[in-house]
Amino acid sequence: MNRTTRIGGKSAATVITYACLIIGSVIMIFPFVWMILTALKSMSESVRIPPTFFPEVPYFENFQYALTSLPFGKLYINTALMVLGRVVCAIVFSSMAGYAFAKLHFKGKNLLFALVLIQMMMPSQIFVIPQYEMLSKVGMTESIFALIFPGLVSAFGTFFLRQAYMGIPDEIAEAAYLDGCNQWQAFYKVLFPLTGSAIAALTIFTAVFAYADLMWPLVVNTDINLMTLSSGLATLKGQFTTNYPVLMAGSLFAMVPMLVLYLIFQRQFIEGIALTGGK
Amino acid sequence: MKKKKSAAARSEQRWAWIMVAPTIIGLIILNYIPLIQTIILSFSKTKTFGATQFNGIENYIDMFQSPEFWKATWNTVYFCILTVPVGIILALLVAVLLNAKVKFKGGFRAIYFLPMVCAPAAIAMVWRWMFNGEYGIINAIFGVDVNWLTNPVTAVLACAIVAIWSSIGYDAVLLLSGLQSISKSYYEAARIDGASRIKQFFSITLPMVSPTLFVTLIMRMMASLKVYDLIYMMVDQTNPVLPDVQSLMYLFYREAFVAGNKGYASAIVVWTILLIGIVTIVQFIGQKKWVNYDV
Repeated sequence: MNRTTRIGGKSAATVITYACLIIGSVIMIFPFVWMILTALKSMSESVRIPPTFFPEVPYFENFQYALTSLPFGKLYINTALMVLGRVVCAIVFSSMAGYAFAKLHFKGKNLLFALVLIQMMMPSQIFVIPQYEMLSKVGMTESIFALIFPGLVSAFGTFFLRQAYMGIPDEIAEAAYLDGCNQWQAFYKVLFPLTGSAIAALTIFTAVFAYADLMWPLVVNTDINLMTLSSGLATLKGQFTTNYPVLMAGSLFAMVPMLVLYLIFQRQFIEGIALTGGK
Repeated sequence: MKKKKSAAARSEQRWAWIMVAPTIIGLIILNYIPLIQTIILSFSKTKTFGATQFNGIENYIDMFQSPEFWKATWNTVYFCILTVPVGIILALLVAVLLNAKVKFKGGFRAIYFLPMVCAPAAIAMVWRWMFNGEYGIINAIFGVDVNWLTNPVTAVLACAIVAIWSSIGYDAVLLLSGLQSISKSYYEAARIDGASRIKQFFSITLPMVSPTLFVTLIMRMMASLKVYDLIYMMVDQTNPVLPDVQSLMYLFYREAFVAGNKGYASAIVVWTILLIGIVTIVQFIGQKKWVNYDV
């Protein structure tokens, strides 16, 4: 195709394309580089004017300070449990509901599905105060369950997996019924295993947004041992207001788990988000 | 026919109800009851020990008389104006570049997408440091001496820059999937007609990607009208520029969970939802002028 294009014009366009992409990439990466470089500087070096680019001597104590002022081990576990809890709930409940809405006939289906759609359009902040009051009334704030609570069911997951089930031909479900499966068995044994890529996308979507959530964890768990990485970091900011090397070290600790997962499953992350996109 | 199948149909119906029950019950408890409670709360006064009392539209009157509230509303709209158009245009540019025949495409895409997998709390932290007025690298690079985060004008700009930087990759990935669905034959025909690259962009790419662009735009506008975490991390509650920067959701957080005025905070959140609703409806009406659905 491109062979027919003029050579001169094409190479100029190519150079501009690469130049733009590379400049953009530098801007995207620089904050991360700066985070790492700052985390390796001593406090006094970090405030030198003009700033040094590379640390003169790598200063690893910042990581120790960050570790002693925040219980990162617990933050990792809390965040992992919150993400895992929300992901499992989203997959289990949304798969069941998504299958029923896509493949089964029942009374009230349209009305109930409208409840799902309307919830999707409402910003989560409108639920925050009453959700907090509910937990507070039964004494369940300050717990892992509290972190998972708003994600116990997922309207978006239901909508998204319904699409996935609608994409599976009806004949497959009917064949399962002929083999003597009831609706639950057809779902569990035959159709559910066919939704793997949608489940993967929903998992990534749910995990990324749960991990980024700040307001809810900040509100519901004030005990430092029950915070998530995000809300813990907000607390660290209050402690080390001006000691940026320690703050950068803490931020790195908070970013590492998701970054590692991203580096391993990069394609799944991006495609999963593209698939769930537009939410 | 209907009668013959009734036993099977009843069993199907029973299974369906069982399978939607967790989600529906969850939505009612977690979302629909709270929705009603928030609305009721917005017409109530919070008293000591968390008790509430109906007080009519007093919260709304207080709110509409509060300069802080109007400032926060303007800040939110202004933030949206600053971030959404620029962010979407840059994201479209990145998507178009990535859609060209480039080597290392996956790598570029992964780099632009990076901020998406980092918690906004961590991202804001490093940007705070980069925007630091005394020792920040941004002042050093550009040879300027700006107190970015303690000046009302530049603090908003700084937050907007971080927001745009964070969202480009995500929006570009969405737009890229729209671009990839455009048939190559359109471009070949245009090339035979001698249309320039720029001409091709405006007469083929833009109209063909407009449905995806619209969805991305709506999503980005809603997100920016709800902005909270980024500004919360960039501008502390003790920062004197707070009133000039705080968004509606930041004000909501402070009223609800710092000051304990849950009734007043509920009025703020109801107002925000209305604002988002109005903006979205305007977008849906406006789309008829520019979104192209005939493929």
